[in-house]
Amino acid sequence: MTFSPQLEARFAKLLTSYPPGRQRSAMIPMLLYAQDELGHISDELIEEVAMRVGVSTLQVNEVLSYYSMLHRKPLGKFHVQVCTNISCLLHDGDKLYEHACKKLGIGHKEVTADGQISVEEVECIGACSWAPAVQVNYDFHHFVTPEKLDELLDGLRKKP
Amino acid sequence: MLYNDPSPLETKVLTRRFGMANSASIETYLATEGYQAFRKAAGMKPEEIIEEMKVSNLRGRGGAGFPAGMKWSFVPRTSPKPKYIVVNADESEPGTCKDRVLIENDPHQLIEGVLIAGLAVDAHAGYIYVRGEYRYLIEVLEKAIAEAYEKGWLGKNIQGTGFDFDLYPHTGAGAYECGEESALLESLEGKRGIPRIRPPFPAVVGAFQCPTVLNNVETYCAAPAILRDGGAAYAALGVPKAGGTKMTCLTGHVNKPGVYELKMGFPVKQMIEEVGGGIRLGRKLKAFIPGGSSCPVLTAQEVEGATMDYDSMAQRKTMLGSGGVIIMDDHTCMVKAALRIMRFYAHESCGWCIPCREGTTWLKKILERFHGGGGTRTDIDLIGDIARNMLGRTFCPLGDAAAMPTISIVEKFRHEFEDHLNGKPCPYEHESQAVTV
Repeated sequence: MTFSPQLEARFAKLLTSYPPGRQRSAMIPMLLYAQDELGHISDELIEEVAMRVGVSTLQVNEVLSYYSMLHRKPLGKFHVQVCTNISCLLHDGDKLYEHACKKLGIGHKEVTADGQISVEEVECIGACSWAPAVQVNYDFHHFVTPEKLDELLDGLRKKP
Repeated sequence: MLYNDPSPLETKVLTRRFGMANSASIETYLATEGYQAFRKAAGMKPEEIIEEMKVSNLRGRGGAGFPAGMKWSFVPRTSPKPKYIVVNADESEPGTCKDRVLIENDPHQLIEGVLIAGLAVDAHAGYIYVRGEYRYLIEVLEKAIAEAYEKGWLGKNIQGTGFDFDLYPHTGAGAYECGEESALLESLEGKRGIPRIRPPFPAVVGAFQCPTVLNNVETYCAAPAILRDGGAAYAALGVPKAGGTKMTCLTGHVNKPGVYELKMGFPVKQMIEEVGGGIRLGRKLKAFIPGGSSCPVLTAQEVEGATMDYDSMAQRKTMLGSGGVIIMDDHTCMVKAALRIMRFYAHESCGWCIPCREGTTWLKKILERFHGGGGTRTDIDLIGDIARNMLGRTFCPLGDAAAMPTISIVEKFRHEFEDHLNGKPCPYEHESQAVTV
């Protein structure tokens, strides 16, 4: 597989960041960074990462199935993650999540028909003091109200 | 960037550079006594550094509260194996968002803390394990680390001291369990985040089977201040058995939620009323969680006279924890709170220990049924029974973390469970449809 020069540079750096013989350590970061570029983790990517870090594809599968941010299926171009954990719940994060689902007409980990937006109810994302919080891909949005969420989603629908 | 205004009641030690222009840059850091503690430590014997850490009464800030100097002293310094410094930046205890601001606003303070630990235990490489959701912090750290190499504060023969150190950021990919030290090490080695059986502890057999110092971000961030101003000065800020300040995240129903640096032993009532601006909408306090959702809940009455330190919380049979304070007003449904907390632990249980894997799932199902109006009177005791049977029966603290808040909620708010016995959905639900402040 070929990746962007930036991603290749990241991979090269990762493979020398750990003690000799410990390249397996690079696996999880490589999968996440590759997913950022490709959208999801394909069979081909699993084979590529397995080869580069020197493990079997089975071992990569075993590991990636553990981590909630690694996805085997494509998500929307904009992945809207609504936190409903306790600190966000106290600020009606659960209602915010329902609001997002209703507006988009999709449920947990589903994608809009045009592939533009997906939604996920997530566990604590570390924005508890600025709840309720939403993450779009990696961008944090704090103190989100239903009105602000509408504005955000309307913007994402049109965003290239 | 700061996401909330500071409070005049804060004691700014770790946050002293917050709000300064370019607070994350090495220029700002060096202009404000940055890396001077490393210079001082480089002229000291390793045992003197550890002694200073012990004098400071700094206790681990991730939640367990183990004395940091003691932890460092357990590393066999003369072992022929390489030693490692690992930073736990997998901040994922619900209610906690302090390490994020420490790294974002002052990454060099963390780097300097890591270097001091490296000097103390003769380690020459370190890893900062950052939770996957905090992807932007990887960029912040990469920039800070690059600056430090460029200016000679990382790499070979740092500032002519003869000390070499390499530091690497490492991203996780979404797993609460990886905040547990041994699961974090597994994850760092490219495996599923499942805890290791201890002993041996990471100080002896840690990262890559080598001796390892593993602390929370905030713990390392305190080391520069301790070395710079002396352990005694740091200790004096706190209470007799716990020195310094605590990064405290006020969350939930207060008027001014935010991350604040408060002296260890800060009175809880003053924290809620004056730092947090009181309970929103003039309501009353119903429940208080001192440090993340794993801690037993306190009632408004139990909070009277309490201070934010390990002993005061232990006297009330709860824990200071991670600093993630969760404040619930009198309109909160405690069954719903218990359910949401349990849903989290059921989702995050790694599945290795059966009491945790099965217990969290059963409890989630029972609480779901209960909150939906399908509970029975015997369920109330069953919830407590299952939770008590999880306590102390797992390899890592996740099982306890799920059981402890549940037991406390059932015991202290039993009447709310009884109020759900009418066969109808939550009787509190209409009230909790509250206002987002």
